[in-house]
Amino acid sequence: MNLWRIWALVLRYTYVYRRSAIRILEVFFWPAIDLLVWGFLTLYLQQRGRELPSGVAFLVGAVIFWDVIYRSQQGITLSFLEDIWSRNLLNLFSAPVRVTEFVGATCVVGILKTLVVGLYLTVLAFFLYRFNLLAVGPALFPLFVNLLLTGWALGIATTALLLRWGQAAEGIAWAVPFAIQPFSAVFYPVSVLPSWLQPVAWSIPATHVFEGMRLALRGGFAWDHLVYATLLNLVYLALAGILFALLFASAREKGLLVKIGTQ
Amino acid sequence: MSEPVVVVQKLRKEFSRNRPVVNGLSFVLNRGEALGLLGPNGAGKTTVVHLLLGLTTPTSGRIVIFGLPMPQKRIRVLQRVNFASAYALLPSNLTVRQNLMVFARLYGVARPREKIAGLVAELEIVHLVDQVAGRLSAGEAARVSLCKALLNDPELLLLDEPTAGLDPDIADKVRRLLRRLQVERGIAVLYTSHNMRDIEAVCDRVLFLRRGRLLAEGSPVEILRSFRCDDLETLFIQLSREESESLPVESEAGPEEPSRRLPGTR
Repeated sequence: MNLWRIWALVLRYTYVYRRSAIRILEVFFWPAIDLLVWGFLTLYLQQRGRELPSGVAFLVGAVIFWDVIYRSQQGITLSFLEDIWSRNLLNLFSAPVRVTEFVGATCVVGILKTLVVGLYLTVLAFFLYRFNLLAVGPALFPLFVNLLLTGWALGIATTALLLRWGQAAEGIAWAVPFAIQPFSAVFYPVSVLPSWLQPVAWSIPATHVFEGMRLALRGGFAWDHLVYATLLNLVYLALAGILFALLFASAREKGLLVKIGTQ
Repeated sequence: MSEPVVVVQKLRKEFSRNRPVVNGLSFVLNRGEALGLLGPNGAGKTTVVHLLLGLTTPTSGRIVIFGLPMPQKRIRVLQRVNFASAYALLPSNLTVRQNLMVFARLYGVARPREKIAGLVAELEIVHLVDQVAGRLSAGEAARVSLCKALLNDPELLLLDEPTAGLDPDIADKVRRLLRRLQVERGIAVLYTSHNMRDIEAVCDRVLFLRRGRLLAEGSPVEILRSFRCDDLETLFIQLSREESESLPVESEAGPEEPSRRLPGTR
């Protein structure tokens, strides 16, 4: 793997934001809307006397944590879509770029987006709701890393599907994270789900992260959740990598790389 | 004599079973030579370029570039190759300079700023460097694309219809520029087109393809003499419309059948 080539690709995907106020606005607009809706909903519930344990913290924390998965996944998927939209795939893959370098660069873009938006939401949540993300304590960093890994796995798998079905599958790029959201116990504990659905929820690494976050906000530290999340993430990352490698090889065999690159 | 830059042997590519797009194609491309791939739509010209770039994998046959097998040694080969096509655009939301900088780094160009400055001056596109690529005219985009294709001082340049969509004046300028660069730098060029002027102006030798098969090979003059035609355009129309099996090279003998190889060609 060549780090200079990864850096070149990161530049390519970040140059886009330097020139477009609309894109920058899009990065900050939707997370802020989520935070406002969920934050004010929680305030309303509190005012109605149905106080939640630890008040507003759960939902506001969940919004910020969920955005880590979403941005991380989008960092990978939107980078690939950028090259489909601009019909640049042919130029890109006719250059000496390894697939691992391409994926590596999109993962870096995911980290950058996550850090920027995460920091922005953290500051916003503090001023709007007096929510301090650092209250999660020492679990914050490992939980954050696990969310990032979940986003990467989703992003790599989504990009693989885009390779196979091209621009026609563009909707997948936005739909995939939300397909796991209801089962990831983002805004409610796993115990709320019907018993037959709970094993499905526990097989998603994000579920362990959100359960871990709630525990951490109550002052605990759930090592078991952290270990499960990490192991599951490694399994899903490996599976996503295999899926990507298979579909990339298939795209080269079927000429799809060229087709989606020029359509 | 030096080793050929490209050696292609019995190359076959099927996207659907038993429907080859490229069918038993063999040829060599030598250092400093400009080879044209000529043929009507569906002849397999662009597929050959994609196969050489490793963008598509062959069904069977062998591709060796700089003595290295493709696509197995893709990264090593592509560092010495570049590509331009009317159909592969540079990201439209980046400026020309940003695009060139990204590709210079991808190709590992030393001193990329200086390299870009030299090339944009040579190609007379200095005034375009801070423009957004999406706002360039077709002619300007073709020159920028060519600039990108020369960033790594390629020893092999693959050009897929680089003048498609250009008006005759701009197309002529691009052809002259290409020929000059090719001669000055001694680059091996593989040039696909169905534009006869392009082929006559740029190429030393031509492979005429039809339905993925090699129909004729030689210099433009030799091909015309062989088919008793006055110009390549007439010949092109004649061969493209020829659906019968009356031509000497197009029979049911299969991919091993020899093409019309002209005197003095390899």
